[in-house]
Amino acid sequence: MSGTSSLHWLIGRLDLSSLPILPALANPTPSEIVAAVAALMVILGGLGVAVLITWRGWWTSLWRDWLTSTDHKRIGIMYIVLALVMMVRGVLEGVVMRAQQAAGLDGGFLSDGHFAELFSTHGTIMIFFVAMPFIAGLINYVMPLQIGARDVSFPMLNQVSLALTAIGAALVMISLVLGKFSTGGWPAYPPYTGIAFNPGEGPDYWIWSVAIAGLGSTLSGLNFVVTIFKERAPGMKLFDMPLFTWTVLCTAIIMVFAMPPLTVATLTLALDRYLDFHFYTNDLGGNMMNYVNLFWLFGHPEVYLLILPAFGIFSEVISTFSGKCLYGYKSLVYATMVISVLSFTVWLHHFFTMGQSAHVNAAFGVASMFIAVPTGVKVYDWMATMFRGRIRLTVPMIYATGFLTLFVIGGLTGVMLANPTISYQVHNTLFLVAHFHNVIIPGVLFGLLAGYHYWFPKAFGFRLNERWGAISALFWITGFAFTFFPLYVLGLMGMPRRSASYVDPSFEPLTWVAMFGAALIFCALATLLIQLRVSIRDRAQTQVPLGDPWDGRTLEWSIPSPPPEYNFAIVPRVVGRDAFAEAKERGQGYPKPAGYEDIEMPRNTMLGMVVLIGGTALGLALVWYIWWLAVLSLVVMIGAFIAKSFVPEPHRIIPATEVAAAHEAWLAAIAKASPVTRAQETSAENRGLAALEMPEGAA
Amino acid sequence: MKYGWLWLLALFVTAAAVFSPGASFAWPESSSFFTPQGPIAQAEKDHFLQTAAITMIAVLPVLLLVPLILWRYRYGNRKASYRPKWEFSGPLDLLMWGVPIAIVAILSVELWQETVSLDPYRPLPSEKAPLEIQVVGLDWKWLFIYPEQGIASVGEMGFPADRPVKLSLTSDTVMQSFMIGALAGQIYVMPGMQTQLQLMADAPGLFEGENTQFNGAGFPMQRFRAVAQTDEGFANWVAEVKAQGVPLDPQTYGKLAVSSTPAEVHRTLASPQMPADAVWFSPVAPDLFERVLRRYHQGSALEPGGQPGSFLHDPDTLSQSLPETTQ
Repeated sequence: MSGTSSLHWLIGRLDLSSLPILPALANPTPSEIVAAVAALMVILGGLGVAVLITWRGWWTSLWRDWLTSTDHKRIGIMYIVLALVMMVRGVLEGVVMRAQQAAGLDGGFLSDGHFAELFSTHGTIMIFFVAMPFIAGLINYVMPLQIGARDVSFPMLNQVSLALTAIGAALVMISLVLGKFSTGGWPAYPPYTGIAFNPGEGPDYWIWSVAIAGLGSTLSGLNFVVTIFKERAPGMKLFDMPLFTWTVLCTAIIMVFAMPPLTVATLTLALDRYLDFHFYTNDLGGNMMNYVNLFWLFGHPEVYLLILPAFGIFSEVISTFSGKCLYGYKSLVYATMVISVLSFTVWLHHFFTMGQSAHVNAAFGVASMFIAVPTGVKVYDWMATMFRGRIRLTVPMIYATGFLTLFVIGGLTGVMLANPTISYQVHNTLFLVAHFHNVIIPGVLFGLLAGYHYWFPKAFGFRLNERWGAISALFWITGFAFTFFPLYVLGLMGMPRRSASYVDPSFEPLTWVAMFGAALIFCALATLLIQLRVSIRDRAQTQVPLGDPWDGRTLEWSIPSPPPEYNFAIVPRVVGRDAFAEAKERGQGYPKPAGYEDIEMPRNTMLGMVVLIGGTALGLALVWYIWWLAVLSLVVMIGAFIAKSFVPEPHRIIPATEVAAAHEAWLAAIAKASPVTRAQETSAENRGLAALEMPEGAA
Repeated sequence: MKYGWLWLLALFVTAAAVFSPGASFAWPESSSFFTPQGPIAQAEKDHFLQTAAITMIAVLPVLLLVPLILWRYRYGNRKASYRPKWEFSGPLDLLMWGVPIAIVAILSVELWQETVSLDPYRPLPSEKAPLEIQVVGLDWKWLFIYPEQGIASVGEMGFPADRPVKLSLTSDTVMQSFMIGALAGQIYVMPGMQTQLQLMADAPGLFEGENTQFNGAGFPMQRFRAVAQTDEGFANWVAEVKAQGVPLDPQTYGKLAVSSTPAEVHRTLASPQMPADAVWFSPVAPDLFERVLRRYHQGSALEPGGQPGSFLHDPDTLSQSLPETTQ
């Protein structure tokens, strides 16, 4: 801790022992070797990508088309790439933890500290750097297309938000190579994470990665809210919006109100650690209960922030693949709004056991239980949407099926956990772990994966491989069941969460079942990546340039795949819900525009990259006490914002002739193509022009 | 997908296979509220099962109807009706909102009653006066102080069966959570603050106690035996602890508070007459529990060495920082 090194002013508290590879050489225990292998994977992975890009000569295009782009579609794709990379790490950590507990009777192969790092990074990564960026990515890609907009309201801010999220992810990845991450779990309760108990760099890694990424999410939320309120196509009333957009609106509002408590919690914890404040210390009037309240004041809305867009995706997917309009659109909208409001009134159920009065507990318990009502209504609405439909069991529908059947079990245990009396017993046990994985995996993750399969052809112009997709989906579903149902039972048996080892032999058989499930989930992830590889290889057979591979109902399907930079050659006029489906029925799905106009689009900017590099440097500087670097990176970032404000022309013009040429060529291709029925949906004939699906005899 | 239906079947077989252990499993009698050994745990288990059963009214239709709808309205089934424009039915919506509201309303009434009656602060109804035990959470062991008996113990909590036990709890390190699952639910313990928990065992027996809130490397080892005894057995146990115990003065408390597992504490402090997994103390410094609590409310910062669990912790500093009693 003290600056014994003469280089202290230069590298702060960094020293050679911060590198995990050296301890592994000096002391090759299994735990150290696992840590060293993980660090090597990060280094080699990073180097491998850099070599590949250099070898293929992709640097220019990467910089021009992606890293400096302000196009919401490209930003959305970059978010999802980030989420998938982090998901690989998160799943691997989950598998290692399951293996540790399977071997954990009186020991296991990991040290307690290493296991604690694993559950802390696993939770932090899966929530902040998988679920959040995946959702932000899908929202970014899809929402502007659904409302007929050409971009989000603040494209440059959008790029900066992505950079802030990426900084957090980068810090978590760097913690594998430099030093150690926190052992305080993803909520990082003080006083355990305070300077008295954990003086090392771990909690600081957690604080800065979460605080910086959280700032990005707040800004994203603002951007999405403003976009939905201000950028809708003419004629689109709020109650004409697709359900996904509705859920995005509610989620974005939650982001704006729920992220600030997290920022406050992390920064006050930082004040405690860096400047000897006493918000949450044991002495001098500090009180950890304030942190716990602040954290869950964010943490509970957070889970609804995650699940609402997934509900939106399932609404789109189930309606589209049942060939029907949504049942109970207004019910679904009201249910979404009720959930959003209630999500702010239930945070206390995360700590019924903190000693508050029975009546406080009971009030929050009842509020928590009432969230089950609108959620249940949604499930019934989706079933009614499938009722009397013509259901195609494509990959997104397999995920939807897994979701409907598994999620209600998570809902059941959620209703149980809303009871303080039951929570007294199963809180902090594996029952709780099973419950939140049961809502987050079948709910959020299946929703995101369904959305990934559903909108992939829109983004890239070709469909994903159905067979590998189905295999992967089944691995996810069965893997989930085998991993987490045993954890319910283990929790009821009294096994605490976050246990690196245990002494009760009756826990062992079920930990092995869970380990088997984790292996299935690993296969699910592997087949998901194989699917991507196979789909890219076979893309000649799955082209859908005409834009509508699933007989879609909303505006994003009314344009080419992939869409042009400006999305809509002519901004559509919207009358009513399911705008594109209605137009197709009237035979006006692809109208010939009267004329074209010049389109103004935002220019590229490297501001996001400055923030990314400066912010990562700032984070590292704060974690390692390298004060000169902290000041320098802050000055550079602020300077970049000031300099940017002097750029006179942030827009460029796409001439009407260019727009006209592209759009006319696409319309001509549609005129020549023959529409396909849904029976041919997954065949090579499906090039993205759908035949009308009518009830028998109605045509 | 062609094989979709087979896969769906696979899913349900999987779910059934995974759920079945729950029914047939050998429940560890000493650690789970599913084998309750006292009135509180019994009531909690009953409430658990009742809530599950009532909620199934809303869940079962989904589990049954989703596969049926998927099969009946599959794309290839041209005999099934197709109503692409059907989007609302008043009676159906009433059912969809009404049934869950009714279920949740019923459950809420129960929730309220159970929460009040099983409040961990509420004294248990009994003719016998409760036994008072003071619990201090340390890294990574629990210290049980018996103020009336003037004894203390680590690793073993002896108490009479069929008589209420009133626990007052605090922590002298980070936050922890105290639980004896077979007897009652858990409660957090926090430094400078006091929480309470009431429990009772129906009959003599051996139950597992633990900390469920992660607090560092020795966390999985933070366990103890809760031993319910007959009144006579308890009196004998107290007498034995009094006879064999080592004094718990501020100096010994300082050593005890060092981050260590119960086994390590046993190695440093126990005498051969004590059980292999416990350390007994007698006499106990008066008001030790209150002094531990008050340490954090002196209006001045704790010396770094005076904080058990901290990396700078030093037993001597701690023993000096225990405030004097106000007697």
